[in-house]
Amino acid sequence: MDIDLDPIESIAVPIYHHYHATSAKAITPFLHAIKRGELMGHLSSATGKVLFPPLGACPESGEATHEPVILKDSGTVIGFTTVHLPIPGSKLVPPFTVANILLDGADQTCSHLISECELGDVVIGMRVQAVWRPKDQWDYSLENIEYFKPTGEALVDVDELKQHCLERAKLRVKNRVKGNSTEVHHA
Amino acid sequence: MSKNRVAICGVGQSARYQTKLKCSMAGLVREAALAALADAGCDWSDIDALIIGKAPDMFEGVVMPEAYLAEALGGVNKPVIRVHTAGSVGGSTAMVAASHIKSGLFRRVLTVAFEKQSESNAHWALSPSMPFRPHFNSGAGGMFAPVIREYMRRSGAPDDVGCHVAVKDRRHALRNPHAHLHLPDIDLQTVKDSPMLWEPTRFLESCPSSDGACAMVMSCEQLADSGKNPPAWIHAMAMRSEPSFYPWREEVSPLASRECAQDLYAQAGITNPRRDLDMAEVYVPFSWFEPIWLESLGFAEQGEGWRLTLDGSTSLDENGDIPWNCSGGVLSSNPIGASGMIRFAEAALQVRGLADKRQVDGAKKALGHAYGGHSQFFAMWIVGTDKP
Amino acid sequence: MREVGIIAYAQSPQIRQERALNEVEMLMPMLKVALVESGLTMDDIDFVCSGSCDYIAGGAFSFVGAVDALGATPCKMESHVEMDAAWALYESWLKIQSGEIKTALIYGFGKSSVGSLPDIMSQQLDPYYMAPLWPDSISLAALQANTLLQTGRYNEEDFAAVVVDSRRKAKANDNAQLFGDVSIEQLLAEPYIASPLRRHDCCPITDGVSVMIIAEKSVATKQCERPAFIRGIDHRMEVHQLGLRQLAESTSTTLALEKVKEQSGIGSGGVDIAEIYAPFSPQTLILKDALGLTDTVNINPSGGALAGHIMMTAGLDRMGMAYRAISEGQANRALCHATSGPCLQHNMVSVLEGI
Repeated sequence: MDIDLDPIESIAVPIYHHYHATSAKAITPFLHAIKRGELMGHLSSATGKVLFPPLGACPESGEATHEPVILKDSGTVIGFTTVHLPIPGSKLVPPFTVANILLDGADQTCSHLISECELGDVVIGMRVQAVWRPKDQWDYSLENIEYFKPTGEALVDVDELKQHCLERAKLRVKNRVKGNSTEVHHA
Repeated sequence: MSKNRVAICGVGQSARYQTKLKCSMAGLVREAALAALADAGCDWSDIDALIIGKAPDMFEGVVMPEAYLAEALGGVNKPVIRVHTAGSVGGSTAMVAASHIKSGLFRRVLTVAFEKQSESNAHWALSPSMPFRPHFNSGAGGMFAPVIREYMRRSGAPDDVGCHVAVKDRRHALRNPHAHLHLPDIDLQTVKDSPMLWEPTRFLESCPSSDGACAMVMSCEQLADSGKNPPAWIHAMAMRSEPSFYPWREEVSPLASRECAQDLYAQAGITNPRRDLDMAEVYVPFSWFEPIWLESLGFAEQGEGWRLTLDGSTSLDENGDIPWNCSGGVLSSNPIGASGMIRFAEAALQVRGLADKRQVDGAKKALGHAYGGHSQFFAMWIVGTDKP
Repeated sequence: MREVGIIAYAQSPQIRQERALNEVEMLMPMLKVALVESGLTMDDIDFVCSGSCDYIAGGAFSFVGAVDALGATPCKMESHVEMDAAWALYESWLKIQSGEIKTALIYGFGKSSVGSLPDIMSQQLDPYYMAPLWPDSISLAALQANTLLQTGRYNEEDFAAVVVDSRRKAKANDNAQLFGDVSIEQLLAEPYIASPLRRHDCCPITDGVSVMIIAEKSVATKQCERPAFIRGIDHRMEVHQLGLRQLAESTSTTLALEKVKEQSGIGSGGVDIAEIYAPFSPQTLILKDALGLTDTVNINPSGGALAGHIMMTAGLDRMGMAYRAISEGQANRALCHATSGPCLQHNMVSVLEGI
């Protein structure tokens, strides 16, 4: 039998799964803190470095982290890109600038948006300050910060900043050996 | 090295990597596998084990698809293993296959790596919106753009080095019938004029989304001459991993990359890769990763990699002394899970003298390279015409 | 074949729902326990290999975060299989055979509680013909159980007897989720969830992680008083399409067993215990037959997967439990089994032996 069938080139088969994700032991206090408007990092006792946002592990040492450190909401741009194409599942409208920001007192950068400046004005070493959403909109999310904006301060030399951070971490480890309290630190 | 030498006797690839191949997943992998078997001069029944690799299952929406694909790949009644190490998976999979032969417990194995990206949306799969985290993730391009910018800052390289790589690799692709992108009219201006996606990365400086599969038949020394073509011999293999993020992690030239290359070269007795190797197939999904890897892999001094690109050293068209990605590379074809294996397989084709129009004259030793995750998973091998 | 021994094993409690900890947080302490038991440090480990599944975690690259628990320097020789961690062990074992490495650390993790595991596993089926019908893994196991009933070899009482045995033995397993004394009558009074399967015929949803360390003989005998040596190990795949398979048999298990006999010289008659990975009670019976196990062999002294089932490491756990029995002197030889794929499509068999 000679049947001339239309080719079937694709069939849409949408797949939905529902997940009930829980946060994690280390992330829960961070989420509660951000709900209050506080940025909580973790101090790694193995390396003396402050990780933000905390994930519960210090990847450098493989050790668990517990010790909270409250950080300021200002920092320095360490890296960035301006994204010009829409990302599936994201409500961000391109073009937008995402930066790796090192919060003052932290050793690990976190990703956030940069706004209130021309796209082309963002540079490595730029000082930035968090712009928070109105308090009544705060939730258990880093999105309580709407974006970071430039402060207008002088550019920071990131290589010097790195040296400063590494020395600070070394000092923390050294002081710890002498014996130190485990109260909440304010960086 | 152990006493069991490993030969690559067969290489097969999708006839042409494409945006949307009109075949089933089983048909896709089978095409590459049959080509590899034909090259090796053997049949399904000659295969002792099957090693499958691919990137996340979310690209196709099939959980652990080796169960479904085993039949199409002659895996029934045989040992079958499925590897997943992110973007480096094609390379890691080839290495797991080689371990089978090196162990002395298997005589001939088939390995296949694939991706059918058209089954889902790769940007979606690569930038998941995870609970408790803001969704600023913008795919692999967004992840690597700051790394590229940092390389530019440190090296002081001219802004258009990436554009030169994009042109060079696409011109190489014109020599390769399997390549997804054939852009005969490409030139520097076209690349520069293409839309900016993730600054500083332009559309034509980025890899495409492809469907495709790559397969290899590997065998022990006794069976190395089963096909009509000479085999390639594995001289060295190395893999290294490190965490995605930690404070001040070196992201431009990651420690795992440098340690992996060091281990690899030590095994193969290579002291100067640019001199000791004849060509390299290196995972360059965004153009600037050519100079980045040239330095990290020791082909150039730190901060000098871009000079090799600009002076034509890595170009086959310009008779460079160390051609990189004669196949057109990942910039011309990117079925993600297969991309690493294509690098490994193209290196093998070169030292077998089977690379047709993209052949480097007299190539006897070549590097195959793959990386994945946040520049954190590395797999590399060196293959040669002569027995190690 | 080089002699390779299991020298350490750590398993988290197999709990129904881990609300507080994520995968990395569960993994970190177990890594420590296993390393302490082995007397090695992370720097002594030549190769790390893991098993996990993205769809269970609900995001691509779920294995990547686990690398955070390993420490950054020196960089690890590390790999991952999207399979049960028993196959991560197999990859590691091959690497030791090839002379590339001497020691390996293997881990697997699964937090099945976050999603609907039976539905997720439905997506493992042929995407063109079977998966669009969404047959879940419990229904498929029920189909297989019915096929077994039709052979007349076993009845529903036999299924219940497997569960009674599992619950009783699991009383001695500190990490078990389900344990206790139940009777066949009690169990048969329960309603079906997919006939002929009742809830207790199915392995429980479980969250957890496991870690194992293996080493080539020279290291194994130095580090461990009584390692469990892997005398033979093999795995085989079957046809995927259920209609093409003898569901009441497990031909791939028998095939793997033959190979293991050839490697080890030890058959199923020569072992003291067997640890079988059967997520559903009737599969225990299918596998018992395929492995040729008689009543002289103590099957699943740990309680097996019916007592606790960390998806993606339950196969490795069978070897872990057998290692424990051997290292503590309760057994000298053990037959271990792992499975993957719908209705026992893919099976691994190994034989472990003390010195």
